[in-house]
Amino acid sequence: MFVCYGVLVMLHPNIGLLLNGFNEHLLPTRQEIMKWNGWGYSDSKFLFNKKGQAEFTGKRYRLSGMILPSLQDWFENTFGASVKQHKSPATPSLNAGALPPANLNEAFLQDLTATGIPFSHEADDRVFRAHGHCLHEIFALREGRGFQRVPDMVTWPNCHNDVVKIVELACKHNVCVIPYGGGTSVTGALECPPEEMRCIVSLDTSQMNRILWIDEKNLVARIEAGIIGQDLERLLNEGGYCTGHEPDSMEFSSLGGWVATRASGMKKNVYGNIEDLVVHIKVVTPRGVMEKSCQGPRMSTGPDVHHFILGSEGTLGVVTEVTMKIRPIPEYRKYGSVVFPNFEAGVACLREVAKQRCAPASIRLMDNEQFQFGHALKPQVSSIFTSFVEGLKKFYITKFKGFDPHQLCVATLLFEGDRERVLQHEKQVYDIAAKFGGLAAGEDNGQRGYILTFVIAYLRDLGLDYYVVAESFETSVPWDRVLDLCRNVKERIIRECKERGVQFQPLTSCRVTQTYDAGACVYFYFAFNYRGLADPVHTYEQVEHAARDEILANGGSLSHHHGVGKLRKEWMKESISDVGLGMLRSVKEYVDPDNIFGNRNLL
Amino acid sequence: MFSDFSSWAVGKCWILSGTETGCHACRSRAFQTCSVSQESGEAPDIIHEEASVILEEMAHRLKISTVRFFAFTLTKAFKTLFQHICVNEEGIHRLQQAIQEHPVVLLPSHRSYMDFLLMSYILYTYDLALPVIAAGMDFMGMKFIGEMLRMSGAFFIRRSFGGDKLYWAVFSEYVKTMLRNGFAPIEFFLEGTRSRTCKSLTPKIGLLNIVMEPFFKGEVFDVHLVPISISYERILEESLYARELLGVPKPKESTSGLLKARRILSENYGSIHVYFGQPVSIRSLAQDKVNRCKYNLVPRHIPRKPTKETQSFVTDTAYRIVRLQEDSMVLKPWVLMASILLQNLEGLELSLLTEQTLWLRGLAQSCGAFLDWPDHTPSAKVVSSSLALHRGLVCVSGGRVSLVLGEPQGLVTPEEALFNRAVSVLSCASYRNQILHVFIRPAILAVAIHNAASSKKDEVFNCFSFLCKMFSDEFILCPGDTVQDFEEACYLLVKSGSVQTLQQNIVVTDRGQSTLSFLNGLLESFLQGYQVVCQYFCEEACDSLTEKQYIPAVRSFAVKLILAGNLRCYEVLSSDMQKNALAALLRLGAVSKVKVADQVTLKVNKLAVNSLEDTLGGRLPTQKAVLARL
Repeated sequence: MFVCYGVLVMLHPNIGLLLNGFNEHLLPTRQEIMKWNGWGYSDSKFLFNKKGQAEFTGKRYRLSGMILPSLQDWFENTFGASVKQHKSPATPSLNAGALPPANLNEAFLQDLTATGIPFSHEADDRVFRAHGHCLHEIFALREGRGFQRVPDMVTWPNCHNDVVKIVELACKHNVCVIPYGGGTSVTGALECPPEEMRCIVSLDTSQMNRILWIDEKNLVARIEAGIIGQDLERLLNEGGYCTGHEPDSMEFSSLGGWVATRASGMKKNVYGNIEDLVVHIKVVTPRGVMEKSCQGPRMSTGPDVHHFILGSEGTLGVVTEVTMKIRPIPEYRKYGSVVFPNFEAGVACLREVAKQRCAPASIRLMDNEQFQFGHALKPQVSSIFTSFVEGLKKFYITKFKGFDPHQLCVATLLFEGDRERVLQHEKQVYDIAAKFGGLAAGEDNGQRGYILTFVIAYLRDLGLDYYVVAESFETSVPWDRVLDLCRNVKERIIRECKERGVQFQPLTSCRVTQTYDAGACVYFYFAFNYRGLADPVHTYEQVEHAARDEILANGGSLSHHHGVGKLRKEWMKESISDVGLGMLRSVKEYVDPDNIFGNRNLL
Repeated sequence: MFSDFSSWAVGKCWILSGTETGCHACRSRAFQTCSVSQESGEAPDIIHEEASVILEEMAHRLKISTVRFFAFTLTKAFKTLFQHICVNEEGIHRLQQAIQEHPVVLLPSHRSYMDFLLMSYILYTYDLALPVIAAGMDFMGMKFIGEMLRMSGAFFIRRSFGGDKLYWAVFSEYVKTMLRNGFAPIEFFLEGTRSRTCKSLTPKIGLLNIVMEPFFKGEVFDVHLVPISISYERILEESLYARELLGVPKPKESTSGLLKARRILSENYGSIHVYFGQPVSIRSLAQDKVNRCKYNLVPRHIPRKPTKETQSFVTDTAYRIVRLQEDSMVLKPWVLMASILLQNLEGLELSLLTEQTLWLRGLAQSCGAFLDWPDHTPSAKVVSSSLALHRGLVCVSGGRVSLVLGEPQGLVTPEEALFNRAVSVLSCASYRNQILHVFIRPAILAVAIHNAASSKKDEVFNCFSFLCKMFSDEFILCPGDTVQDFEEACYLLVKSGSVQTLQQNIVVTDRGQSTLSFLNGLLESFLQGYQVVCQYFCEEACDSLTEKQYIPAVRSFAVKLILAGNLRCYEVLSSDMQKNALAALLRLGAVSKVKVADQVTLKVNKLAVNSLEDTLGGRLPTQKAVLARL
C-alpha cells in the first residue's frame, strides 16, 4: 500500500490535494464500531464466561449483559460441541500482508481527486467492503486469509451529483464500480470477481443518508439511498412517521441495498415489501440517470422500469434517491404468541389466516427445533415467582393439554394499529388458531421471538468459536407444498451431511416468516459441528447447494428476498428460462455495455 | 444366509391404527381428483357416487383376526406342503429399517398364487407391518376367500382399465394415499401376472409409475423399492401352467377350485426360498435423471401423463428391479438337470447326466448364479434326490434318464400323444427357464457368434443387437442397454475361457466349444419357435386373420409340422412363446394391426417376415440395411 502511495506521490506533485483525500477518511462511518470479521457491533457478542455461563455483552440489546444459563447445555447437546475443550478462535486482526496490492487507475484517481470526493485505499477500508456475510466470507476473515480480490479503493460520494461524477469518470477511464450500502449481503454479491483486471472502486453510499423532504399530504418522503434502516426509522419517528419496512438486517442494511435486492420487511402484511413501498427511484447508470417523470401511485406505461432496478443487485447502476411511502406511527402495538401441538397444525393455521386475509403485521411460525433454541436463550429468571409461573405454564401445555415438547411449535405475532382494532384483530387470529389446536402463549414469548431476530445473527460468531458453522437461507413456496418442502429439505440436509462425512448430527430448523395469498416464505437455519472435516466451508457449501436443489425440486423459489448474487447464479437459467435471462442480459448490455458495474451478480 | 422358520409360532399381537382415517383421506382426495379429471360434463355428485362404488369395490379392509386365521391355516398348509421356507434374515432386518425411514414398496417375483399369501405370512411372522397388496380382480370373484384376502390386506384392481379415467384416478389416488400415509408397505407384482413359464415377464410400469409419483411431486422424501425373489423348488401350478400354455383354458378362480387343490396337500413340493433384496432408493436412482421441477407448475392433485424422461426412467427402474429379482432367485440342482435333459430329449445315461450337471454347475457359478447346491453331499445323491422330487417329470430306467411321456391310456390319437409329450417338455422347460437369466446374455452372444458372417466384433455386435431386439419380449433385456449387455456377455465368456477377443475379433477357444454349443442349445427352441411363427405368417396366414384366431392357428400349424416330422421343437406350442413372437413382429413392423369393423386383423409384410426368419436362422447375415428397412 505504501508502495502505491509512493508512486502516487511521484506522479502527483500536488501532494496536499491527495492528502486532503485521505484526511476526509475521518468521515462518520460505522466501520469503527463494527466487527471486521463477524456480525454487527464490536461490543456485542455472545461468549461463555469464566464461570462457563453464556452471556451477551454490550448494552445495545434487551439481551445485552444478561446471563443465559441454558445456552451452554443446548449448544453442547445439539452440536456435540465442547465449550471447554474444542475452541476455534478467530485470528485477532487482519493480516494486511495477505492483501493483494491496490491496482489503481492513475488517470481516474487524478480526475476523482479533482472532484473533491473523498476516497481511500487503506487496507482496512478495502477489506471491509470486500465482503458480505456469507459463511465462506466470514470464515476466511476469521482465519486471517482475506480474499483473492478486494476493491482497490473506496470512495464516499456525498450526494446524487457526486455519484454522477464518479460514474462518468469510471466510464471515461474504464474502471469497475461496485456499489456498497450496508454490507449485509448473504449472496456473495459484494465479492470482487477475481478475474477483474481493472481497478475496482467500491462506491460507499453511507454519506448519502439524508431525508431530503417529507410530503405529509401524499405521505411520501424523499430519501437518499445510503441511509441505514434504523436511522431512517429513527429520523422519521421524530416527525411521527415510519416506513414500516423492517427487514431483520435493518440495523445495518441500507435503502439502496433494499431496492437492489428486492428486500422484504417483517411487517410487510401492513406496509408491503420494498416494491410496494417505493414510489420513485433515481438511479445513475453508465448510460445516464434514469427516473420517472412523475410520482403517480401507479402507471400503465409499459413494463415498469423500476423493476429493472429492483433486484438488479448493483449490476446496472447506483440508486441514489428514493421516494418512499410513509405512515403515521401506529398508536398501539401488541405482541402475541400461540403454541401449536405440531408444525403441521401451525402451517394449517397460518394458511387459514392468509386465506381470511387477516394476517397481523407479522406472523411467524417456528418449528420445534427453533422453539427449543429460543428456550435456550431465555435469560436467568429474576424471581422465584417468575420461575414458578413458567413451570406452571409448561405443566399446563405439556401435561394438561398433552402437547409433546418435542413436537410443539410456536407462532409469534405482532399487531399494529389503533387499540380497538388491534384487540379485535387479535381475537380474530386467536380464534382461528384455536381451531387448529393453538393455545395463546402470551405477549412475552412473542416479544422475545422478535428480539431474538436481531441477536440470532450474532450467534453464528459464537458457533464459529467452537467448531460450529451455521447459515440461513430462504425461499418462497405455494401453500400446499410448504410442509413437504420443509420436511424434504431438512431430510436432504441431514442426509448430505452424513454422506459428506460430517461427524455430528446437524441442526436443521425452519420457520415460516411471511404469509401471502398464494404461498409463504420459509426460512431455514442449518448448522453443524465441523470437527474432523478438512474443509468445512466446502462441505457446508456442498450441503447448501444440495439443499437449494431440493428446494427447487419441491416447488420453492430460488430466493424470496436474499437475492441471487453469485451464490445462486447457476440456477438463474432454470429459474427464469433462457428467454427471461436473455431479457435481463439485453438490458444490461444496453445500460452498461462496458460492464462498469462489474460485480457480476445475477447474470 | 437363509434361516428356516417353518416352526415359528403364530400368535402375535397387532396394533393397526389409522387405517380407517387413511381410507377417508383417500376418499376425499380421490374425489377431488376425479372432479377435475373428468372431462365429461357430468354432475359432481354422480361422479362422487361412481367413485364411491369403485372405491368400495377396490379397497382393502385389513382385519387382524382374519390375518391370524390365515396365518394359522397357512402354517399348517405350508408345513404339509413344503420341507422348508427359507428367508434371508438380514434382508428382513434391512426391510425393518427401511420401513421406519421411508415408504416401502415390496416387489416380489410372481410365480404362483402362493406368492402373496406367503409374503403376508412371512411379514406377519417377523412382526412387520402387513402390506397392502394390489391384486387382480379375478381373486375377488372367489366367494368368501376374496373377502378374506381383502381383510388380510389385499385391494383389488381390474385387469384392464386403460380407458376408464375415473377408475384410474380413484385407483392411483388410493395407492398414493397408502404410500403417503405410510401405514403399511405396498406390494404388487411388477410382472403384472403370474409367469406361467417361470421366466420373468417384462415389467409393467403403470403401478410403478403411480408409486413413484409422490416422490417426483415431493410428497414424500423418498420411496424404497424392495425386490423380493421367491423361488419354489417345485411350483404348485406346475402341470396346470403347461396345460394352460397349450391352450387348455385356465379354470376361473373359484373357491371350489381351491378346495380341489387340496389334493396338492398330499404331495411334496420341496422348499421355498424368499430373498428380500437390498432396498433401492428411488431418490438415488432418479438423481440427475428426472427433473422434479417439471412438477411445479401444475397442482399436484391433477393427474398428468408422465413426461418422456420420466417414462424412460420408470421403465429403466422396472427392468433393473426385475433383474435384481432374477439375480437373487435361488436355483436348485434340478434346474441344471432340466436344462441338460431338454437338450437330450431322447434321454441320457445317469452318469453322463451327473457329469454334465456338475460341469454346468461350474459354468453357472462363474456366471454368477445363486445356486443352492447342498454341500457335503455326494453329487450322485444330489442328482438322485432331485430326480425323486420331480418323478412326475422324469423317469429313470436301466440307468437311463428321460422325460416322462404321459401315461398311455388305451388308444390315443397322435395329437393326444403329442400333447402329452408337450406337457412334459413345457413343464421341464419351466425349470430350465429359471436359469435363463444367468446365461441369457452369453447365450445370445453365442448365437450371434454362430450366426455372424465373420468373427469381427462389430458384426457379432450387429447380430447380437438384432437378437436382443427380437427377443426383448421373451427375456429381460432392458431396451437401450444393448451395448452394456454385449459387454457383459463378452466379459462372462472371456472369463470362463470360452472366447478370446483378438484385435476386434471374437474367437471361440477350443475348450469353449462345449460351452458355446450348450449356450446355443439353450436358445435353440426359441430360435426355432420364432422361425416357425414367421413361417406360419409367410405360408399360412390369410388376409383376414384376426388377433384371436392367431394362437390356435399357429398352434395347429406347428402340430402339423411336428406330426409330419419336420419339427422337433415342442416349445413352439406354448402360447407364451407365440404371443411374444407376435409382439416382436409387431414391434419390428413386420406385422401390423389393422382395425376392420370391430375386429383387429393382422396385416403381414411377408418380405419383412421372411427376412427376419432367415436372419434368425443364420441364413441371412444381419445387415444394418435389413434392420433399417424393418
